[in-house]
Amino acid sequence: MVDVGWYMGLAAALFMIGALGILLRRSALVMFMCIELMLNAVNLTLISAGRVLNDLNGQVAVFFILVVAAAEVVVGLAIIVAIFRRRATASVDELSELRG
Amino acid sequence: MVETVLFILMAVGALAGAVTVVGARNTVYSAMGLLGTLFSVAVLYVVQLAHLVAAVQVIVYAGAVMTLFLFVIMLIGVDKSESIDERLPRQRLWVGGLAGVIIILAGWLTVSGEFVWVPAEEIPFDVEATNGGIQQVAEPLFTDWVLAFEATALLLTIAAAGAIALAHFRRVRS
Repeated sequence: MVDVGWYMGLAAALFMIGALGILLRRSALVMFMCIELMLNAVNLTLISAGRVLNDLNGQVAVFFILVVAAAEVVVGLAIIVAIFRRRATASVDELSELRG
Repeated sequence: MVETVLFILMAVGALAGAVTVVGARNTVYSAMGLLGTLFSVAVLYVVQLAHLVAAVQVIVYAGAVMTLFLFVIMLIGVDKSESIDERLPRQRLWVGGLAGVIIILAGWLTVSGEFVWVPAEEIPFDVEATNGGIQQVAEPLFTDWVLAFEATALLLTIAAAGAIALAHFRRVRS
């Protein structure tokens, strides 16, 4: 049985790569994928912690996170498509209309 | 032994996919990298006996969500090049310095606090307690968490309606 610390380390590495992608990339689509990456890292920590504590509620929490992530992707991608139709760009740097 | 081999293989796969998501210039490659990460994490779920969650991960994430991503990439177009030059002065320097300080602080706290992942008294590993088949996960889902379950149903309905409303965007005639 692999020590739970290794799973936590893998999840931390995935989360860090996702956060790095949010900071570095400009494309709204890639930023969305990085959010999915971070959500998956957190799901992995929940499942690992649930197993080591002999608690099934970790898996239930992952189930809810999956549902919320699916809803988030649906609305977010619809927003990206709507922005693209109006502005012909998906770069978050171009979206500065609210600036005074 | 089997778990160790699977963990190493899938950890390498997940990390390679994650690096591809961030590093690839082409958005389609990013999507494929995310797909690899999702599959690898699903295998790690199976290794940890979360069978139902792994199946849902493959069907919902790798199936539905990634298809949605690829459709949007198709709509938006993959040939849009992305500028990576900085607009804020010395942003990389500041952010890099801050990240370095945070990493050093976290490492120091971990080492000095003699941090361990396992709880104070070692809980014996019980296969039956976390064997997440449909029946086992459904039991807490429909008893303890039934209110949250209904709330997610409402959330999904609102999200679907919102997506349709956004898709009906018409160009404003001026």
